[in-house]
Amino acid sequence: MLKQKHLLGLEGYPAQDIKTIIDTAFSFREVLDRPIKKVPSLQGKTIVNLFFENSTRTRISFELAQKRLSADTVNFSASTSSLKKGESFKDTAQNIEAMKIDAVVMRHPDPGAPLHLTKHVDAVVINAGDGKHEHPTQAILDMMSLQEVFGKIKGLNVALVGDISHSRVALSNIYGLTALGANVTVCGPPTLIPPHIETLGVKVSHDLDAVFEWADALNILRIQMERMGVGLFPSVREYRNLFGVNTERLDRHGKELIIMHPGPMNRGIEIDSAVADSKQAIILDQVLNGVASRMAILYLLLGGKAEE
Amino acid sequence: MKTRKMPKVLLLKNGTVLDPLKGTSSKKDIIIENGKIKSIGKPKAPKSAEVLDCTGKVITHGFCDVHVHFREPGREDKETLATGSRAALAGGFTRVCVMPNTNPPLDSPESIRFITEKAADCPIHIHPIGAVTKGQKGMELTEMAAMVREGAVAFSDDGLPIANAAVMRRALEYASMLKKPIINHAEDLDLRDDGIMNEGEMSLKLGLDGNTFLAESMMVFRDIELARLSGAAVHIPHVSTKESVTHVAAAKKNGASVTAEVTPHHLYFNDEALVSYNTHFKVAPPLRSEADRKTLVKGITSGTIDCIATDHAPHTIEEKEATFTNAPFGMIGLESCFAAVNTILKKEKNVSLLDFIALLTVNPRKLMGFDTDLFQEGTEAELTILSPDETWVFDEDSIYSRSLNSPFTGESFIGKVNATLVRGNMTVL
Repeated sequence: MLKQKHLLGLEGYPAQDIKTIIDTAFSFREVLDRPIKKVPSLQGKTIVNLFFENSTRTRISFELAQKRLSADTVNFSASTSSLKKGESFKDTAQNIEAMKIDAVVMRHPDPGAPLHLTKHVDAVVINAGDGKHEHPTQAILDMMSLQEVFGKIKGLNVALVGDISHSRVALSNIYGLTALGANVTVCGPPTLIPPHIETLGVKVSHDLDAVFEWADALNILRIQMERMGVGLFPSVREYRNLFGVNTERLDRHGKELIIMHPGPMNRGIEIDSAVADSKQAIILDQVLNGVASRMAILYLLLGGKAEE
Repeated sequence: MKTRKMPKVLLLKNGTVLDPLKGTSSKKDIIIENGKIKSIGKPKAPKSAEVLDCTGKVITHGFCDVHVHFREPGREDKETLATGSRAALAGGFTRVCVMPNTNPPLDSPESIRFITEKAADCPIHIHPIGAVTKGQKGMELTEMAAMVREGAVAFSDDGLPIANAAVMRRALEYASMLKKPIINHAEDLDLRDDGIMNEGEMSLKLGLDGNTFLAESMMVFRDIELARLSGAAVHIPHVSTKESVTHVAAAKKNGASVTAEVTPHHLYFNDEALVSYNTHFKVAPPLRSEADRKTLVKGITSGTIDCIATDHAPHTIEEKEATFTNAPFGMIGLESCFAAVNTILKKEKNVSLLDFIALLTVNPRKLMGFDTDLFQEGTEAELTILSPDETWVFDEDSIYSRSLNSPFTGESFIGKVNATLVRGNMTVL
């Protein structure tokens, strides 16, 4: 049903297929609202969740999606350091292949690792985040959440705020949103915005207040404290003053902006608690839509039977 | 490829003799006796002479590469002086200079002697380049004079830049007393940061850390100015950016003693080659933008670039099968060098074969102080025979290195090396 066998990233991904995934996700979303939240769509399929990097919500979200679809799942977690000491990437991949797995959901710290995996296995590969490259399922759930609120993606003004340089969420969102006709602005200090980003068809801003005026929705990205140590931003205080999303700032604009965050949040830094818990924040809807989106992706890629 | 001892008398018949030193090219026969050039022209060969038919082929100086890594001592699983020699012969190279970033590094007279003694048994001429600083740590100078006595032809901490400008200045001053060039891997490590590919649109899209062009060209500029200050000779290895070419061109105009080399891979590929994270394209300095690549090609025609050097850097399959982030930097290049550069120059520039060959022969020999007049009667036959218009496909069978990490596998080339004559042996491909 989808043009590509794997879901490695949204760069060049067909817009029609993104729409198909989102539409399918909405029908699975209905399943999640039922008292019995399980369908037999992927019965007999085996999926391994291969996490080379710590992740709580993405892994749980995938696992839940797989269980809701009645697939058999196996989890494999390895810290990168232990992997480096022992088995090579190729051996890990070949072991998976030998165990006759239908799909691999992989999180890896190195960009391109999921593509690398496709060269060693026949299974369907789904990228659950590869370094600062892409995180396509996150972008799809973000777009699904926008569509839920606005009824459309096309023509929306969406701002990505925060650490764009080190964010796989940013790149996938940019590809997906622009493919579906949204306007995207990235906002943060120049040290956290990668050079050449404007070649991807986005605008760059360092003025959060101006972005507030322009945007329909803000997707606030997590700021990582270790970036401070290497001088990418000087202090939490300074970051909060310039790029922190707080009620005071929102009130000044008097506009009902939709607030998103892929989590985990640094409350009080990039987003204030009052904002995170306000009714204009759709952060928890994103979490639920994440399960529905991942169900849709697994279902479409693994060719399950249509659910009645 | 077959290597055997040359017959007592060898006649190279009906070839075009291309002399990059004198700038001449004409049909001549060459008689080689006991491994030495006996006569050139239309000499009469004795009946006992073995004839090598060179009809339609070009006979020229054996190629000289001032920048290879043969990994000995320490990583003999990647390459040795012996296996590297075979790769060189396959590429038409009769003479190479090995970089000192071995394990342990070549930073003492004893380690230089280790190479020269081992090299004596190899089928090509191998010259060690000594480390500039002890342990390649960028601090204390090595015993350069003693190392020169043991056979060191230049000094470099290659792989690692000499970050401290004062150390670089002293190294240049000291080496100038010995009339040896300093070769500095120009890369500002702070500015490079975690960069593993060229910083640009491609690095953004691939999510890989970028290495800005300035990390190289800033240090190239620094090294040129330091050389000027100390009146010493500096050689810039593997120039990869257009800004570096600009700095070298300006310095040459101002009379600084600066030379520069470019690699076949920087002339042939740009950073778009990394699109599928193929680790065979991971190299330092990185493959740059198309604009940079074009400027490097132009640098050859303008005379800014003095020589072509392969930076032949073998790595094991296991190491290169890692993710792009974890794979080591470097690619092999001896076997494919002539064909790759010939192909690019033929397709993109109207460079004469004579001018191009000078960058593989006379110019690198001048830089290292080797004999450049190879068609003199009585000199050792150190020759390469090639077909500049032959088309062929480079594949794994074309590789003679112990490692297979070539980015050229599968490429269609114009121009092929047919035979390499050196040290009394003839290698026919």
